[in-house]
Amino acid sequence: MRKESFLWLALASSFIVLLFITFPLVRMISAPSLASLWETIRDPDVYRSIWLSLYTGISAALICFVFGTPLAYLLARSQFRGKKLVEAIVDLPIVIPHPVVGIALLGLVGKNFWLGRVMQDLGIRIVGSPTGIIMVMTFVGLPFYLQSAKEGFASVPPRLEHVSRSLGASMFATFINVTFPLAWRSILSGIIMCCARAISEFGAVVIIAYHPMIAPVLMFERFQSFGLRYSQPVAVWLIVVCLLLFLSLRLVGSGAKKPENGSRLGGQA
Amino acid sequence: MSIRIENLSVDLGSFHLRNINLTLETGDFFALMGPTGAGKSVLLEALVGLVPIIEGDIFIDDRKITNLAPEKRGISIVYQDYALFPHLTVLDNIRYGLRFQIHKRGTAPIDELVERLNLNHLLQRHPETLSGGEQQRAALARALAVTPDILLLDEPLSALDPNFRQDLRAHLKSLHQASGATFMMVTHDFSEALSLAHRAAVMNRGALEQIGTIEEIFCRPTSTMVADFVGMKNLFKVEFSGAIARVGGVEIKLGREAIGAQGYIAIRPEDLILSKELLVSSLQNSFAGKVTAIRSHGFFYEIDFAVNSLIFTAVITNHAFFDLEPVVDSGFFLSFKATAVHLL
Repeated sequence: MRKESFLWLALASSFIVLLFITFPLVRMISAPSLASLWETIRDPDVYRSIWLSLYTGISAALICFVFGTPLAYLLARSQFRGKKLVEAIVDLPIVIPHPVVGIALLGLVGKNFWLGRVMQDLGIRIVGSPTGIIMVMTFVGLPFYLQSAKEGFASVPPRLEHVSRSLGASMFATFINVTFPLAWRSILSGIIMCCARAISEFGAVVIIAYHPMIAPVLMFERFQSFGLRYSQPVAVWLIVVCLLLFLSLRLVGSGAKKPENGSRLGGQA
Repeated sequence: MSIRIENLSVDLGSFHLRNINLTLETGDFFALMGPTGAGKSVLLEALVGLVPIIEGDIFIDDRKITNLAPEKRGISIVYQDYALFPHLTVLDNIRYGLRFQIHKRGTAPIDELVERLNLNHLLQRHPETLSGGEQQRAALARALAVTPDILLLDEPLSALDPNFRQDLRAHLKSLHQASGATFMMVTHDFSEALSLAHRAAVMNRGALEQIGTIEEIFCRPTSTMVADFVGMKNLFKVEFSGAIARVGGVEIKLGREAIGAQGYIAIRPEDLILSKELLVSSLQNSFAGKVTAIRSHGFFYEIDFAVNSLIFTAVITNHAFFDLEPVVDSGFFLSFKATAVHLL
C-alpha cells in the first residue's frame, strides 16, 4: 500500500518535471506563425547572428577538443599531487556567474592590462569580435568537454593499453589506436555538450562582444526593443538549427563506430 | 631468450616486491605460483615495464631492459580476462602488433597461428561475440603474432570453464614448443603447473619463497609456507591404466578413471594411515612396508615410509605415535582411500 502511494508520488513528480521542461519550449515553438518564421529567417540580421552563433560555438568546441583532450586523458589516467586542485580549477567556469566570466576576461584583454595592449599591438581584436566570442565560449564550454572526455578515457581499461604497449605500440600509438577509438563516443558527447553550452552563452558574451551579435544577444535586443513576439521566431530558428546540428553529429558518430558502448553514453547531450 | 632478474624491488603501496632474483633459460616454461595478493601479477607487470622499479635490474640475454619502454622489450603479456580490443575484429586484434614490428627480423606467419589455434571461422567476428575459450585463443594468437622473445601469461586459464581449460592447456603446450619463446605463467592450479611447466617458483608477500623444478617444490618444500601452500607431499609420476596408477612396483587404486597414459598423483600426508595389522576396511589401498625416517614436529610426527621403492610421507598424531611406537626399519601397513589420491 505504502509502496503504491510512493510509486504514484514518483510518477506524479516525474510528470511535473517533464512538463516543466517541455511545456515552455512547446509553447514557444508553436507561438510564432509560419509566416513570421519565414519572414524572420529572411532577415539578414537573424541569419547572420545564427550563423555567427554556430560558427563561434563549433570553433570553441574544436578548441576544447584539441587542447582539452590531453588534459582529460591525464586526469583520467594519472594520479599526481594536486590532482584535486586541478579538477577544481577545471570546474571553476561552471560555478562562476557568467557576467563575472565576461568581466574577468575583459579585464585581461582590455586596454588597461598589458596583455590587452600586446594583443592590440599585434592586431588581434578581442573585444567586440568573433575572436572574443570564441574565447568566452571556450572558457565556459571547457569543463563540459573535459568532464565527458575524462569519463570516456577512464572507462577504457588500462589493461588494453598495457597489452598494446607490450605488442610494440608506443604511448602515442596506443592512444591513437586503442584509447581514442574506445573513448570516442564520450569525446563526441563532450564536443556536443561543449558546443551546446557555448551557443547558449549570453551573460559573458554580451560583456565582451555586444556586436557582432550572436543569436542570444539578438534575441535579447529584439525582446528589449520590440517585445516577445519579435524574439520568439529567432529562438525557434536557433533551436531548430542546433537540434539539426547535434542530431547529425550524433549520427556521424554512431555511424563511424560500432554501437557497443553507445547505450552507456547515449542521450547525454 | 633468457631473463635474469636481479634484486628487483617494486613498491605500489598495496603491492610490493622485495629482492626478486630469478633466472629463466631460453625456452623455459616457468610457473609462478602463490596465494592471492602475493605479487605474482606485479612481477609480470614489472617485467613488461608497466610498474616503476625502485631497485634492481632485469636483463634479457644480458641486455639490460630495466628502464626500457614496454614496447621495446619484446615481452608479450596475456591476461586472464583476455583484454582483446573490443573495437577490432579478431583478425585485426591478431594483426594489431605487426605494424609496430618494423625493426624486427620477422613476424610469425599469421595463417599458421590462426590454423594452430583453430580461429579460422572467427576472424571477422568482434571479441564480445566469442566464448571465453575463443577469446583466450585469440589473445594468445595476438601475443604470439609479434614473435615475442618472452610470453607472460597471467592466469590464462582460470576464467575458462573446465573443458575449454583442457583444450587451451594443450594449445599452450604446442605453442610453447612451436614458438621457442620463453613462457612464464602465473597460476593457482597445480595441475596446470605440473602439466605445462618445467620449473616453478612459489611467491609469498612479494618475495620468492622457493624456486626449483616442479618436483622439488612439491616434494621438497624448503619452507613451511611452501609446504602449506602446495599441501601435498606424496607426489608421484605414474603410469595410468584405467582407475589404477602404477609407480615403482606399486599399484595404487584411484577414485576415478584417469585420462591419458601418464600423469601425476598426490596424496596429502594426513590422509595416510599407519597400522600394525593389515586393515580390512573400505580403504582401498593397503601396502606393507617399513619406516625409513621419523621427524618430530611437536604436536605431530612425520614418518617416511617405504613401499617397495616408493617413499610415502605420513603425518601421525603424538597419540598415534605412542600407540604404534614406530622405529626406523620397523614394518607396518600403510592404508589410504582411493578417493584420497589426487590426480593432477
